[in-house]
Amino acid sequence: MTDETPIDPGAVRAAPLPPGWDEAVRLEDDPSTIPDPAQVDVPASLRTEIERLMSLYPDRHSATLPALGAAQQVHGWCSPEAIQQVAAVMQVTPAYLSSVATFYDMLRTEPKGSRYVYVCTSVACHVRNAKHVYDAIEREAVDQQLQDVELREFECLGACDMAPMASVDGRFVGPLTTADAPELVSAIKDGREVLPGRGLPDPGFSIPAAPRQEPGPPDEPDVHPAGGTWKEADLLNVPPAEGPPPHAREPLHPLDPGTSVTPEEEEPE
Amino acid sequence: MNETRLLLRNVDEPGLNTIEVYERLGGYQSARKALLEMTPEAVLQQLEDSGLRGRGGAGFSMGKKASFIPKGTMDKYLCCNADESEPGAFKDRLLMQKNPHLLVEGCIIGALAAGANKGFIFIRGEYETQADLLDAAVAEAYERGYLGERILGSDTTFDLVVHRGKGAYICGEETGLLDALEGKRGNPRLKPPFPANQGLYQGPTLINNVETLCNAPIIIEKGADWYRKLGEGNSTGTKLVSVSGNVQRPGNYEIELGVPVRDIIYGLAGGPPEGRELKCFFPGGSSAPVLTQEHLDLPFTYEAMAEAGSMLGTASVIVVDDSQPLVPLALRLAEFYRHESCGKCVPCREGTNWTVKMLERIDEGEGTPMDLDILEQVQGNIIGNCLCVLGDSMAMPVASMLKHFRPEFERHMEAARERRDLTAFEPMGAGELGAVAEAGAA
Repeated sequence: MTDETPIDPGAVRAAPLPPGWDEAVRLEDDPSTIPDPAQVDVPASLRTEIERLMSLYPDRHSATLPALGAAQQVHGWCSPEAIQQVAAVMQVTPAYLSSVATFYDMLRTEPKGSRYVYVCTSVACHVRNAKHVYDAIEREAVDQQLQDVELREFECLGACDMAPMASVDGRFVGPLTTADAPELVSAIKDGREVLPGRGLPDPGFSIPAAPRQEPGPPDEPDVHPAGGTWKEADLLNVPPAEGPPPHAREPLHPLDPGTSVTPEEEEPE
Repeated sequence: MNETRLLLRNVDEPGLNTIEVYERLGGYQSARKALLEMTPEAVLQQLEDSGLRGRGGAGFSMGKKASFIPKGTMDKYLCCNADESEPGAFKDRLLMQKNPHLLVEGCIIGALAAGANKGFIFIRGEYETQADLLDAAVAEAYERGYLGERILGSDTTFDLVVHRGKGAYICGEETGLLDALEGKRGNPRLKPPFPANQGLYQGPTLINNVETLCNAPIIIEKGADWYRKLGEGNSTGTKLVSVSGNVQRPGNYEIELGVPVRDIIYGLAGGPPEGRELKCFFPGGSSAPVLTQEHLDLPFTYEAMAEAGSMLGTASVIVVDDSQPLVPLALRLAEFYRHESCGKCVPCREGTNWTVKMLERIDEGEGTPMDLDILEQVQGNIIGNCLCVLGDSMAMPVASMLKHFRPEFERHMEAARERRDLTAFEPMGAGELGAVAEAGAA
């Protein structure tokens, strides 16, 4: 794991954003005006779904979260168009809906992809090397050019027994190792079931009794520069490490090529 | 040691999530008994006498909470808090996935005690499988007449809706949950007024955790006196414990409150992996201050954990073994709370942010010994100064790590500084050199 080069975290996200997605909103649409239902085209299925949701609650505003979720399923994200449609059906202002959409992690305010992979890297997964698993998945996603999938580190998903784990469109899979990354990514890419038999809802799923411990190094190697571990080292009596540290370089002479001071400047004619 | 299974007693029964199997195993008998044979006052009295304490973290008496709901004919609400987002907690997930009807039955009994006519189960959006199963269970319960108007021919009317959140930790805070349920950003509210008086839609509202409500059918079935005999002192009954982190057998275990912590971590969960030793553990989710080896023989009760300077919280034990450096762990923890802070109160919004920055500085070798003092001071300034306990939830564990493991923080800081000093004067790469040369020429 250590010899692999770090990858650009923006690389995965950069690909799927369609051009022009972040163009300025249409200023003639006042976000504080409730849209006229006659002016806004809403897909019939979305309209019925939002109306059904509103009927469940004493106050129609309560349907905001599920309604935005339903619109997101249709549009892939909470686009201005989606917000406008929900606002028209619910008869609330688009500004109000935007304020809600920006608060919640599962509502996308950018077109990051219509499917999602959340990799938990919270405390309980962190101590089981979840970060390495995430990095491996991200690297694979870049290598295999995974498109239209929102891949992100996520806060605790509530499956610490199967740590480290990921949620693929709501299906929890785990415990994962870095070796699972290629298969996980290619299964998502081909639309196959991800890691069959290792999802939480799968029949007969059980967590292996002996944990699949990642042999990879912890984030901070427990090795003292003077030898031994930090735990054993007596900090007040540390013998000086012998020789130059492995990654120290010889100091450069100011006249060597590659320094900012060129010989011409040093010795003017 | 063995588990004491009440909530999980039939959990391995295939098809328990369907109403046929649940009824065959005696399901909905408690709801029937409460609705047809008992008065609402008697139900409330049973819950109060059982000594059942809230399982969502605060540990407040459930019966007492329900008794705060004012009498009268106004609309009253029951909210089940299924927004289980605490890092380390996954007990409600198991209950909802395996035994959703137990929760529905618990909601009916809770609503009867509180006089509520409308109920909501606020489940976190990430639990999609579980929400689907709950939806199916609620539909089945309606079909058999356990929900809706005049349940089983009694005078009670109760409607139940499964409401899916959309991913925000703060919605697990009861007033944040209410705001989210009303369709707003999930910002916590100022208390008082407490939800029992002015909660959802400004009406009286009883909010309980999934596990708390799941205990209600058992109390009604067996009686408060029987239930109170389980457990120790004021921590009555059984508790689901979610054990995770560096243990050999992570998972949910149901124990009688009062067993030693060692039995949970080493007995049930198998302890840290071979060759490793326990460094510290969070007894109640990542919000609970960490405890160390010396606390392993304490009884697992609300009181003993509080006395040791931590809390039982959601009883989510996260075990950290000696291979784990604490600074990155504290950083990860602080990052979580920084991300989830709603931003309403300054001490939390700024405190979580500055804690992350300071820990990053320490981890990257730019820390100074003074930083640890400032770090400690910042935590002190957060605790108790916000509307809700999210800020405290970061401040308490970080402060406790500093308290128990300050030498390790110092060593980590020094090691990072040493590494940094050695690499600080690395020669520039070719690209940078070109840029410098151009700048010199210009």
